Amino acid sequence: MSEQNKKPILSVRNVKVHFQVKGDGAWPWSGKRTLKAVDGVSFDLYEGETLGVVGESGCGKSTLSRAILNLIPATAGEIVWMGKDLTKGSAKDWHAVRKDIQMIFQDPLASLNPRMTIAQIIGEPLRVHRPELPEEEVMKRVRGMMTKVGLREQMINRYPHEFSGGQCQRIGIARALILEPKLIICDEPVSALDVSIQAQIINLLKELQREMGLSLIFIAHDLAVVKHISDRILVMYLGREMELAEKYALYDVPSHPYTRALLSAIPIPDPKLERNKTIQILQGDLPSPINPPSGCVFRTRCPKAEQRCSQELPKLRPVSDKTQTSCLLA
Amino acid sequence: MSLLKVNNLGVQFTTNDGIVSAVNGVSFDLEKGQTLGIVGESGSGKSQTVLAMMGLLARNGKTSGEAVYNGKNLLTMSPSELNRIRGDRVSMIFQDPMTSLNPYLTVERQMTEVLELHKGMTRREAKKRAIELLEAVRIPEAARRVDMYPHEFSGGMRQRVMIAMALLCEPEVLIADEPTTALDVTVQAQILTLLKDLQRDFGTSIIMITHDLGVVAGLCEKVMVMYGGRVMEYGTADEIFYQPSHPYTIGLLGALPRLDHDGSELVSIPGNPPNMARMPKGCPFSERCAHASDRCVNELPPLAASALNPHILRACHKPAAELVNEAREVAHV
Repeated sequence: MSEQNKKPILSVRNVKVHFQVKGDGAWPWSGKRTLKAVDGVSFDLYEGETLGVVGESGCGKSTLSRAILNLIPATAGEIVWMGKDLTKGSAKDWHAVRKDIQMIFQDPLASLNPRMTIAQIIGEPLRVHRPELPEEEVMKRVRGMMTKVGLREQMINRYPHEFSGGQCQRIGIARALILEPKLIICDEPVSALDVSIQAQIINLLKELQREMGLSLIFIAHDLAVVKHISDRILVMYLGREMELAEKYALYDVPSHPYTRALLSAIPIPDPKLERNKTIQILQGDLPSPINPPSGCVFRTRCPKAEQRCSQELPKLRPVSDKTQTSCLLA
Repeated sequence: MSLLKVNNLGVQFTTNDGIVSAVNGVSFDLEKGQTLGIVGESGSGKSQTVLAMMGLLARNGKTSGEAVYNGKNLLTMSPSELNRIRGDRVSMIFQDPMTSLNPYLTVERQMTEVLELHKGMTRREAKKRAIELLEAVRIPEAARRVDMYPHEFSGGMRQRVMIAMALLCEPEVLIADEPTTALDVTVQAQILTLLKDLQRDFGTSIIMITHDLGVVAGLCEKVMVMYGGRVMEYGTADEIFYQPSHPYTIGLLGALPRLDHDGSELVSIPGNPPNMARMPKGCPFSERCAHASDRCVNELPPLAASALNPHILRACHKPAAELVNEAREVAHV
């Protein structure tokens, strides 16, 4: 994907999401502390591109995705959609934007209202955003979308509990696609699914993306899945960006020690490779996002950390035309 | 000499929809120091197989067949006989470390209880041993942390506490039911390395239940692939990964996105896992199998030695020789 001659459809600039929480073991009257879930993330997303966002639990990847849609308001920073800064927008502006940006959630069953039929669930975005459409047209589109995502039309009056996990995820995809959005944010869409079903959903997403020219933000903790679907990948740790690189650059020449540790930790389904592999084990546990380490947040577990890592605050900077890293030593 | 011999194990549940067979005809031998991987998707019966052996089935569950440990059948033992073995000679690690530790008791109390019961140690001796084990699983400041409650530990630490607890009596068999599924990859790598080291040091046999073929590849010598409550294929890890001969194993390998090979389209397995209450008459995989014939739908294929490699057991009507090309494609040899 050539990016030079394209304008980004979404620009995220220095976005921060901070929560006010009670401190650890605090008295009821003691003051609140700030939990920095996302702390200054910036990236661009181009048309038709898939950006993978990876990181372990607590790295802020889900919070970031929700901030883009204002489901959790960003504390600071800019979210520029098609040249317009949304963070200064009103509720009405956001409403309009959600026609173009839709979301697919992790838990396929929990994200569907159990009291609504499939027809109601998939048709609801149309009823909200296109109230002028007559009921027959809505149902026609719902049926069309069901066929597109591989659901049989006869299922239209069933309830979510009658479906398996993979089918529920197809319903979630149909609901996200019915407005013909430009961007879909997929928050761990396949991590709750079995391997054989996971492949079905990934293939379906890729196919729909080609067909409808969608951009995707694909959030996952499984680097193998992300590698398969993404063009570029953003690696996050403790609310900060570690590395943003084109897919092959990231996997072939990872620039950040955290990316290297992540990659080496993934078990490869090949007994000979796996038995002889040296895993770079990360020592210790994830620090608290309430009191993150100074300087580079990864330094407490980094095998290469030096004195200056605790003093300088690293920023994402290009090290090659394909890779941006926040490692001071790269 | 095998340590644990499972023969034709079956698990049936009585439900409102009639009798559901969750596991059918599972047989395997576990030798000393060996690691067996049981792989399968949700509903394949992999967890029920080991829960049956440990006498932990839900109340509406019934077992058939036998699981012989030290000359005695675990499946017909009384609970008090089983209690002498469970936690002592055969112990188990569960998937979710939060719900399988008691939130009301300190880690110390939960660990010493095991030793007082099985080894007759005093509380003080038991505590010393508990701290040793926590150190063995690399919990920093074990002497201080032993008096903490489970909620004060992170997910990976809790799983390490579970492992330490399972190893307290130096069991001969350790059953790990998806021990790393709830954990992040870097933590998973820590836990798997730990299991490997402990196996080397204690000579424990491990039964590893997982849906992650990568985990199996690194840890297991023998692999059993299950689907719909039956064994589809059984062989060494190398055989299963490099010469898979069952369409389901081939399908699983093809559906896996891989880090080590590039971006060809994933070959998904069409359809959905079978409904256990309405299993097909023949092969459980026949509904989703590209090679299924009328025979597969009507007649259950027996688990038998492969014509190509007698060490591999497979349950498929289609001759292994006809699947060689497909197998080569997904095995990336």
